[in-house]
Amino acid sequence: MRHETTIPQKIYKVIIYVSCILLAILSIIPFYIMIVNATRGTYEIQSNAISLIPSKFLSSNYKVFEGKSFNPFVGFYNSFIISTGATVLSVYFSSLTAYALVAYNWKLRQAFFTFIMAVMMVPGQLLSVGFYQFMYRIGWTNSYLPLILPAIAAPMTVFFMRQYLIGTLSLDIVNSGRIDGAGEFHIFNRIILPIMKPAIATQAIFAFVASWNNYFMPSILLTNKSKYTMPIMISQLKGDIYKTEYGAVYLGLTLTVLPLFLVYFALSKYIIAGVALGGVKE
Amino acid sequence: MRRKGVSYAKYGYIFSIPFVLAYIVFQLYPLLFTTIIGFTDFKGIGRTDFKFLEDIFANFKSVIKNPSFQKSLGNTVGMWIVNFIPQILLALLLTAWFTNNRRKIKGQGFFKVVFYMPNIITQATIAILFSTLFAYPTGPVNSLLQSLGFIDAPIYLLLNKTLARGIVSFIQFWMWYGYTMIIFISGVLGINPELFEAAEIDGATSRQAFFKITLPNLRTIMLFTLVTSLIGGLNMFDVPKLFQAGGPDNATLTAATFIYNQAFSGSYLYNRASAASLIMFVIISICSATLFLIMYDRDAAKLRKQERKLIKSLKKAEKETRRMGK
Repeated sequence: MRHETTIPQKIYKVIIYVSCILLAILSIIPFYIMIVNATRGTYEIQSNAISLIPSKFLSSNYKVFEGKSFNPFVGFYNSFIISTGATVLSVYFSSLTAYALVAYNWKLRQAFFTFIMAVMMVPGQLLSVGFYQFMYRIGWTNSYLPLILPAIAAPMTVFFMRQYLIGTLSLDIVNSGRIDGAGEFHIFNRIILPIMKPAIATQAIFAFVASWNNYFMPSILLTNKSKYTMPIMISQLKGDIYKTEYGAVYLGLTLTVLPLFLVYFALSKYIIAGVALGGVKE
Repeated sequence: MRRKGVSYAKYGYIFSIPFVLAYIVFQLYPLLFTTIIGFTDFKGIGRTDFKFLEDIFANFKSVIKNPSFQKSLGNTVGMWIVNFIPQILLALLLTAWFTNNRRKIKGQGFFKVVFYMPNIITQATIAILFSTLFAYPTGPVNSLLQSLGFIDAPIYLLLNKTLARGIVSFIQFWMWYGYTMIIFISGVLGINPELFEAAEIDGATSRQAFFKITLPNLRTIMLFTLVTSLIGGLNMFDVPKLFQAGGPDNATLTAATFIYNQAFSGSYLYNRASAASLIMFVIISICSATLFLIMYDRDAAKLRKQERKLIKSLKKAEKETRRMGK
């Protein structure tokens, strides 16, 4: 075996670690500056906008938001309702559709699957005009329903659920349920859904984050301030009111990021594993 | 009594109904509606009536001729390319480093978590965070440049078109290289390990193994990444919209931002926005279809080549055995 000489090999290894650490810093530093500046006063930021040490203006920065359009708690509440609704519908009905594709032998099965593959790539933004006009006509603007109900048809989630079911479903379990006299719908709810728990957990995280971060559709549909979701609240920070309130802008951004950070670092193991799963879908 | 094997098939249809209904109502119908609006005179807020135009393609013609649309299309493609090439190169480099068996890199779990992190943060937050970082006159980047002595007084960095575009590209790159890297690594882990073992026995260097085994086997995954990234890139909206609202001087205006501005602000030109949406729809469909076709063609051609090679070597072996027999 040809081994590369040891000294260049060591240098190479150092280069790798240094590069990785620099990239890690690159990922963290914008958020770190943001969090530190959230605690600094406007004057401090004006004299030097970079500091690694927090200051003590957190509460006075927070007071700036009082009586203005940016309200992170309203945004959090609205986003939470919409994302939870969309996530539940998405994972439940995607599992049901995937089960239909895997467990039953029906004539249009292959055609239906091909169709799901084909529409997987169609980006929703391109139908925004028709979608908006449709919702306007039935009086669903400023409603959560147009942001929740479309989650029932999530081609990408169906695709992953199908992959998972093919690997885990045994028709023996289904048949034993049938012998016990259980109906098909009952079998799905009581036997299949528990089997799919790992896939449901992964897909639920991604569905939730996608819905939480969605800005385009809510910004078109929601004009009532009390209905604003988190990303729309964030966009309020661009307004002129905050032009000179540097500390408050950083604090507002921090408040919108904190819940995501908490979720991410608690679930990072599953999230990374879930992303990796997306790659082996050949 | 239920008869087995016959009556169950209907549940396939029944369980697919919710998906199909939701798809028709919330995606297919809006798509058809958008298509129809693209051929009409429909504009202005609060109106619901419209009629077809005499010159049925007038909206499409005016969109294609619109300099802002042309510019937005160029910006979108340009900013996507500037983000994608370094993104895929860095992801490949990191994949090569992290999957090398001889050179075990510690802390991979930590690096993966940190590199992927920007991807789950709300794009709206990231866009405004970056515009705040580059703010004038008091922003961290200005402070940094001043304390390093590069500039004497703060400069309005974001008035520079190239820089503004570059930052949008950088944000996309920064948000997505971790994702691409994780996908590539899982792709490498899916390659038959015997291939790498055989290469090692044959005395191949890490570099040779990477270029001769890893890269060719990652081709499908790379194509998948390319297509999804291209489609995502052509729909780039949140970051350019909230970073500098498409500015300065339309430098970061993307196609999706153009459509949004046409339809949901100013004079509410729903018809023009629909026409632009359909044009983008066609472009996106052609891009992804072409890439998949090239991929399948290459795969098929390679298969045929391998088959021919196999047949040839079989014949050769046969001949040799016959000769040996003699």
